[in-house]
Amino acid sequence: MIHLFSHSLPLSVKYLFWGASFFLLLFFFLPLLVVLGVSLASRGLYGGVEWIATLDNYRRLADPLMGIIFFRSLIFASLATIVCAVIGFPLAYMVARASPRWQLLLLTLVMIPFWTNFLVRTYAWILLLRADGLVNAFLIWFGIQSEPLSLLFTDFAVALGLIYGYLPFMVLPLIVAIERISPHLEEAAYDLYASVGAMFRHVVLPLSKPGFVAGGVLVFIPSLGAFITPYLLGGGQKMMIGTLIQQEFLVSRDWPFGSALSFALMGTALILWFLVSRTSFGKSLP
Amino acid sequence: MRALPKPLVLAGFMTMLFLYVPVIILIGLSFNASAMGVTWKGFSIQWYEKLLADPSIMDATINSLIIAVLSTFFSLLLGLGLAIGMEKWRKGHASWMNILILLPLVIPEILMGVALLMVFVFLQVPLGFGSIVIGHMVFNLPLTVVILRARLRKFDPIWEDAARDLGASSWNVLTHITVPMLRPAIVGAALLSFTVSLDDFVVTFFVAGPGSTTLPLKVFSMIKTGLTPEVNALSAIMVVVSMACVGLSWLFQSQAYSFSIKHDSSS
Repeated sequence: MIHLFSHSLPLSVKYLFWGASFFLLLFFFLPLLVVLGVSLASRGLYGGVEWIATLDNYRRLADPLMGIIFFRSLIFASLATIVCAVIGFPLAYMVARASPRWQLLLLTLVMIPFWTNFLVRTYAWILLLRADGLVNAFLIWFGIQSEPLSLLFTDFAVALGLIYGYLPFMVLPLIVAIERISPHLEEAAYDLYASVGAMFRHVVLPLSKPGFVAGGVLVFIPSLGAFITPYLLGGGQKMMIGTLIQQEFLVSRDWPFGSALSFALMGTALILWFLVSRTSFGKSLP
Repeated sequence: MRALPKPLVLAGFMTMLFLYVPVIILIGLSFNASAMGVTWKGFSIQWYEKLLADPSIMDATINSLIIAVLSTFFSLLLGLGLAIGMEKWRKGHASWMNILILLPLVIPEILMGVALLMVFVFLQVPLGFGSIVIGHMVFNLPLTVVILRARLRKFDPIWEDAARDLGASSWNVLTHITVPMLRPAIVGAALLSFTVSLDDFVVTFFVAGPGSTTLPLKVFSMIKTGLTPEVNALSAIMVVVSMACVGLSWLFQSQAYSFSIKHDSSS
């Protein structure tokens, strides 16, 4: 222990350090091991866990029905990530290159949705999308549609909810990345007769890559495991991995299979995180 | 510098509108006198009055506040130890810890929820206030550590060395140099932890027990059992509270920023 810290620390800080490490070990790493352990166990007769080792839960993942739900989740998460990147970039660029006075205001405006309750922000879309909701009222009022469309509980609603919910997670890392690009590089490109499009294509977009990578991870991983959005806007019919896990744990009470699903989800998330932390972005992390 | 390209600014404003229109409509509808649908039947605060008269809302609010205060306090205490300890670690040890400490922030929330549920059941920890506080600390602690470390790495160890050279004990260095310099980050981390805890739904959903309903759980059950305009009023209040918290946190962070500029120019 003497060799672990390079300076002398008060004893109280050392206790807190080890206390915090123990806390994370007990309530973060142990739970993940428990998920792995239970995923290899069998389901008890009345929904409990029986400690008989089996790979059955993983075999059940190969079920075509599971395949469809995993595939759907991957597609939704990818779609949300791509759309967030496309619509998030102009906003991020605008904030990053705004004059200092505007920047503080714009940045605060971007921060507010980031910290506003996710459940409430998802609920807002129920008000907009339901049959007597605002979008339908709008469409009928303008004569575009004579009958209300059923927009809620569709794939469209789930995708929209994911994009809306996780957009701030894309915009904030992009702002940080764009701010790090020297405006002189943009000037230099223009001086060398680059068009606006060429400047973005060859200067800003390639240099914003760390922001796209960080934002991509922050949108993709939670979208993949999303529970609130598919539950409230998909209405239970449009299942994703998150709603399936919830159902296995709280409705079917099949913990071992639910754990196998969770472990597959974590595996996907961790592989992605590992790949990303090996890139140049990973080395600039705090 | 030349002006920003017009189409880009337009697209940026469109995205900003997309972020705000649903929330603004939500707040607007919470003042609608009509109980059904979106037709405007005049301004009314009756849903807010109904909300305040509902004792279960008050209970859920108090539960949420107690849980947020406790999880913020303990995350801050443990986070200070972890952040300062990691900073004083010999070079080389810290790099793997950097990745590990971020893991709770990148793992899907639902996974944390079910994993904690199973651990609590197996360890026979009763589901309720305690389990929710622990569940919130699992993400608040790493969040606190990340914010504190960002600040710690900015300041010059020369201040601590100077105090030590003048005979200060390690405890005095901590209380007179390190913690005061960390204060803006401590306040910022506390406000963010508090907001995150107040807002959490997924982890809470899995580890809550009877009698420990928090505000987001209450909103969820209200949405599920049928849409009443009271949900709009409750949601609107939660949006406004989040705005206030972000505003406050922002104020402290910008103070921290101006402090570091003054500090850099004087050294």
